[in-house]
Amino acid sequence: MAALSALVRRSVQQVSGLLKRRFHRTAPATLQVTVRDAINQGMDEELERDERVFLLGEEVAQYDGAYKVSRGLWKKYGDKRIIDTPISEMGFAGIAVGAAMAGLRPICEFMTFNFSMQAIDQVINSAAKTYYMSAGLQPVPIVFRGPNGASAGVAAQHSQCFAAWYGHCPGLKVVSPWNSEDAKGLIKSAIRDNNPVVVLENELMYGVPFEFPAEAQSKDFLVPIGKAKIERQGTHITVVSHSRPVGHCLEAAAVLSKEGVECEVINLRTIRPMDIETIEASVMKTNHLVTVEGGWPQFGVGAEICARIMEGPAFNFLDAPAVRVTGADVPMPYAKILEDNSVPQVKDIIFAIKKTLNI
Amino acid sequence: MMLAAGGARVGRRTAGRALRGFSQTATFAIKPCDLYRLEQGPPAEAELSREDALRYYRSMQTVRRMELKADQMYKQKFIRGFCHLCDGQEACCVGLEAGISPADHVITSYRAHGVGFARGLSVRAILAELTGRRGGCAQGKGGSMHMYARHFYGGNGIVGAQVPLGAGVALACQYLGTGAVCLTLYGDGAANQGQIAEAYNMAALWKLPCVFVCENNLYGMGTSAERAAATTEYYKRAHFLPGLRVDGMDVLCVREATRFAAEHCRSGKGPLLVELLTYRYHGHSMSDPGVSYRSREEVQAMRSKSDPIMLLQERMVSSELSSVEELKEINAEVKKEVEEAAQFATSDAEPSLDVLGHHIYSSTPPFEVRGANQWIKFKSIS
Repeated sequence: MAALSALVRRSVQQVSGLLKRRFHRTAPATLQVTVRDAINQGMDEELERDERVFLLGEEVAQYDGAYKVSRGLWKKYGDKRIIDTPISEMGFAGIAVGAAMAGLRPICEFMTFNFSMQAIDQVINSAAKTYYMSAGLQPVPIVFRGPNGASAGVAAQHSQCFAAWYGHCPGLKVVSPWNSEDAKGLIKSAIRDNNPVVVLENELMYGVPFEFPAEAQSKDFLVPIGKAKIERQGTHITVVSHSRPVGHCLEAAAVLSKEGVECEVINLRTIRPMDIETIEASVMKTNHLVTVEGGWPQFGVGAEICARIMEGPAFNFLDAPAVRVTGADVPMPYAKILEDNSVPQVKDIIFAIKKTLNI
Repeated sequence: MMLAAGGARVGRRTAGRALRGFSQTATFAIKPCDLYRLEQGPPAEAELSREDALRYYRSMQTVRRMELKADQMYKQKFIRGFCHLCDGQEACCVGLEAGISPADHVITSYRAHGVGFARGLSVRAILAELTGRRGGCAQGKGGSMHMYARHFYGGNGIVGAQVPLGAGVALACQYLGTGAVCLTLYGDGAANQGQIAEAYNMAALWKLPCVFVCENNLYGMGTSAERAAATTEYYKRAHFLPGLRVDGMDVLCVREATRFAAEHCRSGKGPLLVELLTYRYHGHSMSDPGVSYRSREEVQAMRSKSDPIMLLQERMVSSELSSVEELKEINAEVKKEVEEAAQFATSDAEPSLDVLGHHIYSSTPPFEVRGANQWIKFKSIS
């Protein structure tokens, strides 16, 4: 028994290594994989699959990644394909975009997306707009990835969510994985996509293990960009979220289920292009909508969902105004009690749901 | 001062006369470059074949006429928005191209028409892009600052942003082992952008085959180099990289310097800087008359003493590589070509509204793009 739990605790690589030795065994139906390992696996597989793929960023090589997401990759692929950069976001993001224009498929890591602001001109003006400006002559197959949004105790300059900023821009694809399956499938889709894709990870999710279904263990497992996933079916209210808050929504749903309220929880997975159809179909079934995000309320993801719901067929099915749950409209404070109250908590989601349902 | 072009450059006849009475080749002494961190620079002599001479002449004359035609069309309101002309700087775009091959790569700023032409875009496609017609090289969707061709990455509107991009193109050359180099052009104004220092650093660290080319035309918009830069020795700006300062009004100097620089990169020695001392006759753009921050006398002096086309013409005629009559014929042909291109550019159809939504994403199934209100939708095809 002790041996079995020790086995489960090892990293996926070691486990799959063990499995390979047993020729007559098939892969287990499910496996526990952390979000960090899922991203690592996804990148590893794509690096192996296509020689033009490479990773650059601060500390991605010899340090194994500031958050250890790229652990083991430099050892396996070497200096040519896993490149440590100086602290020069604007410079190395531009270099990555230029490399993509000239035939490579870079993964450009921002240590956190807060630092991407230094480089945002390269992301928007050099990457996102170029295919359009060139009337299709110049594609830019690049991935910008890194942790986004609130962490724990890192204060205002290190806690901003960029989903709305990047989601605003035509020419970009923007994804926001929640669990391990999302993380692996979306990073692989992003790398294979011939467009600039922004992958908004979450630092607090890196260490969280999830069940990894059999199909996710395949080297060709992809989560399509632009499609939301219904994580939990329900009939009374639609709750839409992305990234870490999806977990909070599921917790809220579990609590409410005991009170007889069944929430349909939708994991957006992609911010742009947004799968509004899945949300509309759900709202037409439940007649109620709550959006949940970590970012600031003004001009945010929830605001966009509400605007689009108003414009579409689902509006006439709403029995109450759509409601948003967001981060507090302040720069992130440091003290724990202040920080805790600046991000959406499960109780805030439950409260919003009950208000919407008038219960 | 390097730009004061003095004296005739007399060529020596090194080969017998051909049937038509022209020399097939001539050798010219060219101004030596200022060197930084280099033991040796480009050669002090340039050999020029008749064929190359005619080609450089025709190219420079075409760029000149094309830019002047664009000036005219802008004033007639066929061209809108920004229009940054490079007349005066023809030796740069033609000389740079002469020093590399189509397998190499080039990226530049918004003053891109001449470089785009040198990289293979036709006058027709350039002028029609300026007038925003479907026959434009970007189907009218890019405009003056966003023209692309094979191994030519624009045309970039954000000052200095093209420099890290160029270093990235060079990284791809190194990674893929093509042996190609990337000429990464920027101006004296852009030289003060922080991201350029970042690009120098990474290019040097990784020995990227990137030639950083600073086209120093002495003014960044209305600000002279002295008012913007604590040091105007732009070729020394990456103090850990070698540099050359070149007479950018002499197409042969530019060619030799480019060959030298490209060879330096190709041989694995890493990046270097090339500063081309040049001059633009027009203001910064069509909305700048260009005389509030510099005197008309200065502009006139450059035209009469340092004009790149005139310099090449003098050489060609005095060394019998060509004749005044032959060059006049070329002028007439170029004039006709540019006129016809302008005709096309002003008569071609504007893009259909259908294309408004296209080219958002590459290799993606068609989808719908929102217009000015929720009922207006455009189909988006890759």
